[in-house]
Amino acid sequence: MSELSERPVDAVVGLEVPHESAALHATGTALYTDDLVVRTKDCLHAHPVQAPHAHARVTALRAAPALAVPGVVRVLTAEDVPGVNDSGVRGDEPLFPSEVSYVGQAVCWVLGETAEAARLGAAAVEVDYEVLTSLVLVTEAIAAGSFQGGRPTVARGDVEHGLATSARVFRGVTEMAGQEHFYLETQCSLAHVDEAGQVFVQSSTQHPSETQEVVAHVLGLHAHHVTVQSLRMGGAFGGKEMQPHGYAAVAALGAVLTGRPVRVRLTRTQDLTMTGKRHGFHAGWTVGFDPDGRLQALDVTLTADGGWSLDLSEPVLARALCHVDNAYWIPHVRLHGRIVRTNKTSQTAFRGFGGPQGMLVIEDILGRCARPLGVDPLDLRRRNFYAEGQSTPYGQTVRHPERARLVWDQVVASGRVEERRPEIAAFNATHEHTKRGLAVTPVKFGIAFNFKAFNQAGALVHVYKDGSVLINHGGTEMGQGLHTKMLQVAATTLGVPLERIRLAPTRTDKVPNTSATAASSGADLNGAAVKHACLQIRSRLDELAAGREIAWEDLVREGYLGRVPLWAAGFYRTDGVEWDAARMQGHPFKYFVYGAAAAEVEVDGFTGAYRILRVDIVHDVGDSLSPLVDLGQIEGGFVQGAGWLTLEDLRWDESDGPTRGRLLTQAASTYKLPSLSEMPEVFHVSLLQGAHEDGAVYGSKAVGEPPLMLALSVREAIRSAVAAFGRDRDSVELPSPATPEAVFWAIERARAGATDEPVAHVAPGVG
Amino acid sequence: MAAPSIPSVTVNGRPLPLAGVSPHTTALDWLRGTGLTGAKEGCAEGECGACSVLVARPDGDGTRWTALNACLVPAAALDGQEVITAEGLGTPDDLHPVQHEMAVRGGSQCGYCTPGFVCSMAAEFYRSDRAADGPGAEVGPRERGPNGFDLTALSGNLCRCTGYRPIRDAAYALGSPSPDDHLAARVHRPAPAPAATRIEDRTGVFVRPRDLGEALALLGEHPGAQPVAGCTDWGVEVNLRGARAPYVVALDRIPQLREVAIPAGSDGTFELGAALSLSEVELALAGRVPLLAEVLALFASRLIRNAATIGGNLATASPIGDLAPALLALEATVVLVAADGDREVPIDELFTGYRRSQLRPGELIRSVRIPQPLAGHTAFHKIAKRRYDDISSVAVGFALDVVDGTVVRAKVGLGGVAATPVRARATEAALEGRPWSAATARAAAAVLRGEGTPLDDHRASAAYRAAMLEQSLLKLWSASGPSRAGGEASP
Repeated sequence: MSELSERPVDAVVGLEVPHESAALHATGTALYTDDLVVRTKDCLHAHPVQAPHAHARVTALRAAPALAVPGVVRVLTAEDVPGVNDSGVRGDEPLFPSEVSYVGQAVCWVLGETAEAARLGAAAVEVDYEVLTSLVLVTEAIAAGSFQGGRPTVARGDVEHGLATSARVFRGVTEMAGQEHFYLETQCSLAHVDEAGQVFVQSSTQHPSETQEVVAHVLGLHAHHVTVQSLRMGGAFGGKEMQPHGYAAVAALGAVLTGRPVRVRLTRTQDLTMTGKRHGFHAGWTVGFDPDGRLQALDVTLTADGGWSLDLSEPVLARALCHVDNAYWIPHVRLHGRIVRTNKTSQTAFRGFGGPQGMLVIEDILGRCARPLGVDPLDLRRRNFYAEGQSTPYGQTVRHPERARLVWDQVVASGRVEERRPEIAAFNATHEHTKRGLAVTPVKFGIAFNFKAFNQAGALVHVYKDGSVLINHGGTEMGQGLHTKMLQVAATTLGVPLERIRLAPTRTDKVPNTSATAASSGADLNGAAVKHACLQIRSRLDELAAGREIAWEDLVREGYLGRVPLWAAGFYRTDGVEWDAARMQGHPFKYFVYGAAAAEVEVDGFTGAYRILRVDIVHDVGDSLSPLVDLGQIEGGFVQGAGWLTLEDLRWDESDGPTRGRLLTQAASTYKLPSLSEMPEVFHVSLLQGAHEDGAVYGSKAVGEPPLMLALSVREAIRSAVAAFGRDRDSVELPSPATPEAVFWAIERARAGATDEPVAHVAPGVG
Repeated sequence: MAAPSIPSVTVNGRPLPLAGVSPHTTALDWLRGTGLTGAKEGCAEGECGACSVLVARPDGDGTRWTALNACLVPAAALDGQEVITAEGLGTPDDLHPVQHEMAVRGGSQCGYCTPGFVCSMAAEFYRSDRAADGPGAEVGPRERGPNGFDLTALSGNLCRCTGYRPIRDAAYALGSPSPDDHLAARVHRPAPAPAATRIEDRTGVFVRPRDLGEALALLGEHPGAQPVAGCTDWGVEVNLRGARAPYVVALDRIPQLREVAIPAGSDGTFELGAALSLSEVELALAGRVPLLAEVLALFASRLIRNAATIGGNLATASPIGDLAPALLALEATVVLVAADGDREVPIDELFTGYRRSQLRPGELIRSVRIPQPLAGHTAFHKIAKRRYDDISSVAVGFALDVVDGTVVRAKVGLGGVAATPVRARATEAALEGRPWSAATARAAAAVLRGEGTPLDDHRASAAYRAAMLEQSLLKLWSASGPSRAGGEASP
């Protein structure tokens, strides 16, 4: 057991404690960025002028009419930018564009004494456009050769040979839609210039350091002139990793130019139409199996819809390519990736970060091929699991492959899967118009940033003379319970009760150069840094105590009087991770997280509507740092994943009409996320026991993203139920999302006895 | 009760003046501006419930703590009322039982939706007949806790983090209010009377007339006036589309628009005042009109039904409006009132075009009448992506009488397939006088498929809408007899 992972007896980590802000949440007293406005004197409000075209050149912009609107104070345009006019870090996202690249892009911003004045001012700004041709569909962009970023390939073995020697070969296309984050708190920043001339920005951001960097370059300042604080976020899910920067910059620019605090808070429709989403993907594939259904070869071209700018599309694509294998050994692989540039919002990080899209491809392949192969889908999946000593297509040895089998077998047992399958078959035999389906799917998800430098973190821990402890660390709180875990880590390391410790809001002047709280790595990285800081203080105090039984407060007082430093900076860098982005080979992940889910659905043959009757999950979080928090992440991730795969339906205007490229589902009334009525009716989640992870803080594992992909079981269960409307041996193709309408048409095809076309039975090879 | 001279709202027990509010200021913005930032804006259109607050509403001689979307209600509409926000229920050191259950069970993660959930949950916590709905109660067991908690009380609240399981568990763990709970005690006293409000600034005027006569007079004097009731439609227009009216007339508390007549037996006519909220309609009917009970359970969310009125739903003349297809099948009529008197209009003549109705300027809906005898076999089929809190892509109301195996009366109302809600008259003709059989159902379903002129949009394709019309009749047939349905659970 490593020193990092070793857990003392009587540890505070591992205890089931509520979220550290739960009582504040429940009483409405937890403050979010926009709640600070009422406490801010003379605050100005910003409103964007949004472009109505998918692609156009701005030929004229007349702000004067806005300035005539009562209460309008200023219109911010490109001319006002003292530094770099870009809201990202790649130079391809103009903050005030001269050419608009998607419907809804902000051309300029109006500042008003009230939100209403700013709104009316924005409506009065006159902008002339020269409309240019636009690309909306991925397929249009592919045809037009509109690509951006690198075109990486992950390869191993000899795919041609593997396919030629396969007993059965199938070809198909899998397409999947994106997903709106729909964090309940929309993007929000509040900036002012403080008494020391520092630009201080309160921002709902997962990546305060990068928000700081962008604010600084827009203002033409060095980083030390700008401080960003992320108090807490009302949800983020990746949507506040890069998206907040531009809004923070607008607020900061306004504050610098007017000398007054400026608030930027997007309305829901602005947020939906302006900010990036989960990438939709298009995958064309050819797969070969041996006579027993073992995967032999897989050739995939994965095309991500990047939207108008590159944003995080390249690392998202890399993670997608690294998760096409999911939990399965495939000897010969070629996974080719590319990113199209379309005239839509710039798609970005979203829980899973490409992993879900990659996994959907292989699960879709197995789901569609199982019946033509004559292999039970459960058997087909389990049969293909990695074994000890095998490695991923990108060359990383799969550590703990037995855990995939372990969680799978546990969920099959605890979910009574083998007993329920005949019950479901009996139900289906007696119900003409209602069918049930059950599926089990695995998850293997790699933890760490592919970009090596991001795998570092810092913390700052102060012990005051009275024995109270204050923690700062670089991670942000978005509801995932990171702060709760950090308090537990500090309490465990220092050996003091939780009540003695307070956690301060995340800000860039406390811990610099932080990484985004992303990639599920928040607790791994910051937990290790907090532990490192606490250990330094603890060991100094232990030395002072020299074996005496002495109360914490007394020891601390002695320490102060004895001139022992009672604060420490902690630092952590993940070892053992290496990634060659050019070759797409290496050891990018510190470890893998495993999980398995068994889902049962009931589908109404009249409408295609479905209910999730029961879900059983066994999931690996290592030795949990905070079981209530981890349970919440698993359940919440699962339901969010089920939303992506079934209900949530982003629709863009693909017509050639005047509103081409417009997001049609741009309000809560048209973009539907799961509500209470979509929750699994029976929902059993258990944590894999004895799952100590040697390489992480107190033996724990990351939890944020992997459970989302357990929801693939719902999609496969729907497929199984749809198949029951037909001859049960045909392949069922299911769009993603599998909305009731999509399911209804799939049922109609199954009833008609259609074998879904995209799985073409290619002539068998030598096999 | 006399109206206070200065417009004010009692919030968390303290009177707060409605200072500086405009007629279009939402209750949410006003509350947040006073420093009560617990209620949040998540969508500004009544879909997410992050802004839910409790309002004391009349319930017979007592009061019902009613959860409302503060983002839709104008602040001015709360003049003289009592409001409780999450901050007023409890404090971090002294949590309300609802707050305690939510906090200790992991009911919050990011916490942004939590104050709204807490208020919606508290409304159900204080529902006086909740305990009677406990184990053994007849309503859908999947959505009813052992403590009688009706989970659909939370159907208008969205959470993006938890997956809802801990929220459900928190709701089902609630006990009864303690004897010294002052909010529980409050329900035994009358709710605040409506105030005679007039709030005005340079952008317009908000007026709450005292009675119908005053309302009609105001509408006559101000031709551009916007009548409002629950503001679940108007609030969305204000927030999302920037609608502003020079004159807003609030109708929701006018006594003459809130009268109810429930016939004792199976003769006589149900009459429902137009300004009754849909929740009040549910309570008043108590399941006596099964088709309406079925619709109302699926209508938007509890938060919306607490505000939206039956008259408002019809007056907006939405082509979807879930009530209309059911009322069409029930052959309801609408009583319209103007300064020169009343007129009664069959509901199938009310709608004249997309979002247009027979209502003349200055005319209001007084009530909705539902004649008896009610059809013996009714059903409402709502096609939507989400079971609750969603807008129908297709809605079908059926009312059939089958006597000795023959369909003697068939009335079918449709929503979402034409510019207005429509009667499916060709389908009715294909049913009436025919034996209620699989052949009749199939033939009529084929006719139904061709009714209306459905469109392609982001909710559904035209082809799916047409298919759903057909399927709805097949489903009705399938569910109409246990022998035929092969033991299937009814939809």
